[in-house]
Amino acid sequence: MVATILSETPALPLHTAGKYVAGAYIVLFAIVLIYVAIMAIRLSRIERDLGELLSISERTGTGGPHTNPAGEQAGAGTERQDQQPESTLA
Amino acid sequence: MERSSRPFGYGNGLRTLSIATVIAIAVTLSLVFFYAPLEAEQGFLQKIFYVHVPLAIVALCGFVLGGLLAIQHLRTRDPRWDMRSYVVIHMSLIFAVGTLITGSIWAKGSWGHWWVWSEPTLVSFLIIFLLYATYQPLRFAIEDPERQARYASVFAITAGAFVPLNFLAVRLSTEYLHPRVLGSTSNLPGSMALTFLVSLGSMSLLFTTLCKYELTAKHTRSQLRALRRRLSGEHADAPRARSAVPAIQHVAAASTRASVRSVP
Repeated sequence: MVATILSETPALPLHTAGKYVAGAYIVLFAIVLIYVAIMAIRLSRIERDLGELLSISERTGTGGPHTNPAGEQAGAGTERQDQQPESTLA
Repeated sequence: MERSSRPFGYGNGLRTLSIATVIAIAVTLSLVFFYAPLEAEQGFLQKIFYVHVPLAIVALCGFVLGGLLAIQHLRTRDPRWDMRSYVVIHMSLIFAVGTLITGSIWAKGSWGHWWVWSEPTLVSFLIIFLLYATYQPLRFAIEDPERQARYASVFAITAGAFVPLNFLAVRLSTEYLHPRVLGSTSNLPGSMALTFLVSLGSMSLLFTTLCKYELTAKHTRSQLRALRRRLSGEHADAPRARSAVPAIQHVAAASTRASVRSVP
């Protein structure tokens, strides 16, 4: 199917200008590609930071909505989660 | 509760916008290479016009938009406007780099030189680019976030006003050596004009999508930083490390201050 489409499309008159036109369009794609790569690096950093924060919240027991303000351990808070699901939604 | 954790919704509609951008760029490329006719004088080389000129227009409009957002920041003192202005100018700078590179390639193919210093349009665009290249160092040089935001806004407004003035001055003084776009679109054949307008639309979409990505990423980072501070027991107003990026972790406090100021 691709071969059929390619055979139907008109040939591009590249000549000597072809390399300049290709260069200009490659620049645009390179800019977008570099940007996407930078975003991917940032995303992985955010993911790593979130993992760190999650481990900190688990250690200190301050992260969840079921944490007792009196300083109850995270494990105890998890037990309460099963007992009182309605109160957290309220 | 869910809503309060995402108060500004920078990421809303990002998926739709991304898909629309990809489709628009694909349509543009199809039109450029398989629909628009070859130009009589420059031939295939003229295809650069469909990427270079929309890039330049979007970059210049982005600089002006950055100034308008900065006005809004000075009016409301809301750091979100400063962040928007910063991101728009940042993205316009990237588009300006693309404009300069594609322009140089076009100049080499058309005139045989990478850069022509006697061409006012090229030089004026370079001046605007260099002017905005000082924006980030200016921000970084000021440590206090509020002062940084204020000074950056004043810079963005002044430089944003310079862009249309510079454009008009060049158009009035030029010898009409550079290909004219806004004045001669009516002279373009219908198929070329349509391709150009579609290309301009897709570049604007790309600009908007990248700005939205950047805003979402910056907002997420600042939320993470605030959460880290909270978990480590640091005070929310504790001094942050020096950065050119606007501080939006103080949004709540600043919004409160702004609302208090607006009360008569």
